[in-house]
Amino acid sequence: MKSDVKLFENGRRLDGRKPDELRKIKIEVGVLHRAEGSCYLEWGNNKILAAVYGPREAIPRHTQNPLRAIVNARYNMAAFSVDERKRPGPDRRSREISKVISEALENVILVEKFPRATIDVNIEVLDAEAGTRCAGLTAAAVALVDAGIPMRDIPVACAAGKIEDQVVLDLGKEEDNYGSADLPVAISPRTNEILLLQMDGHLTVEEFDKALDLAIKGCHIVSEFQKKAILEKYRHIPKEVG
Amino acid sequence: MGVEKREIVIPGQFLDDIKRNKPGRGTFVENGKIYAEVLGVLNKNAGYINVVPLKGRYDPVENDLVIGVVLEAMSSSWLVDINAAYPAFLHVNEVPWDIEFGETEKYLNHGDTIMAKVLQVDMEKRVQLTLNDRNLYKIKGGHLIEVEPSRVPRVIGKKGSMISLLKKYTRCRIFVGQNGRIWVDGNDEGVEKVIYVIKMIEREALSYGLTNRVEVLLKKDAKDVR
Repeated sequence: MKSDVKLFENGRRLDGRKPDELRKIKIEVGVLHRAEGSCYLEWGNNKILAAVYGPREAIPRHTQNPLRAIVNARYNMAAFSVDERKRPGPDRRSREISKVISEALENVILVEKFPRATIDVNIEVLDAEAGTRCAGLTAAAVALVDAGIPMRDIPVACAAGKIEDQVVLDLGKEEDNYGSADLPVAISPRTNEILLLQMDGHLTVEEFDKALDLAIKGCHIVSEFQKKAILEKYRHIPKEVG
Repeated sequence: MGVEKREIVIPGQFLDDIKRNKPGRGTFVENGKIYAEVLGVLNKNAGYINVVPLKGRYDPVENDLVIGVVLEAMSSSWLVDINAAYPAFLHVNEVPWDIEFGETEKYLNHGDTIMAKVLQVDMEKRVQLTLNDRNLYKIKGGHLIEVEPSRVPRVIGKKGSMISLLKKYTRCRIFVGQNGRIWVDGNDEGVEKVIYVIKMIEREALSYGLTNRVEVLLKKDAKDVR
């Protein structure tokens, strides 16, 4: 989409970031009382709540897999999360995102350990500002760890994109609306295995490679935030008396 | 006592090389390296690296004694919630009573609590319970407390040291199920104290010298102890 909005000024972006700079990230672990695991995440102006329930027996019975657990992520945007009120309930976009996140998480969770079970992950977007699927997956991963679910790794997601012929990391709202490409990527940071890769817009092969590298670099930065948040919550050991 | 610190590990964290240590519970091996699979506490024991989980559901193991809550009475069996990922089955053949077909509700009904033993867990994690063993029965009265299943060993203590301490100072009857459910019965004061101490144990399970601290706490206001 071409427009008159100027996305770059003196090598700085609209919100003053450098091309390879992330928005501010804040992660809180274990915020919900009734969920087995939960996470509240702020990524720029994205505000996301993720909750994990299970493993528990999958209902209805025909959805069960006798050999492994199914992962059932549900991405939902609150009606008030965007400027113009969003019609509540699942739509085509949120169903797609739910599906790709479920599949990404399935690849790191040790699903063979829980035959016939389901692991439900609810991702609620309270405030949206571009890159909610990445933020949602990142929050869901932390909530899964908090729930004590065995995993091969803590997955993490981050997007890269192209604005005004330049490849940049972690698109903001205007950049997403008026930029020319968006590339959300989720990886398993230990092995650099790609769990999710989508693209919206056009990139040349060189730009794509560059954007992918940049996104993976971003993922590793976000991964450190995740690990720090989890350890922060659980590292506290009461002092010994006497 | 507390020489080394207990280390918290997160999923996917590299622990050691397979050549130096053997992978134990809560770990997995990839390319000859051992990684943690759950959020937990690192524990090295007899050449094995284990990760003791901090949270998570109870994983049923055969011969475990558990406390279950009946969910549903069916014509020849009951469905029992044992705090695991799946409800467990209790068949009429596995109870000490003679039951006519379709009269299961007369003996156990929705909401009843039982002490049971895990009879069998199959590959698909279908769990069978039994009441045909010593000291297994339907629970009447008392209080039920829930703790994280991974904290149960701490509540029991080394060779039952913690639990006998609690029994001695509060004069309550206590039964700890492996699934993290604890049944307490006694006078109100005692029960209150047991609940307080168990919550404290759960909170401070990772610290050292906990048994001593609990003893100090219990001694403070218990004078009539033999």
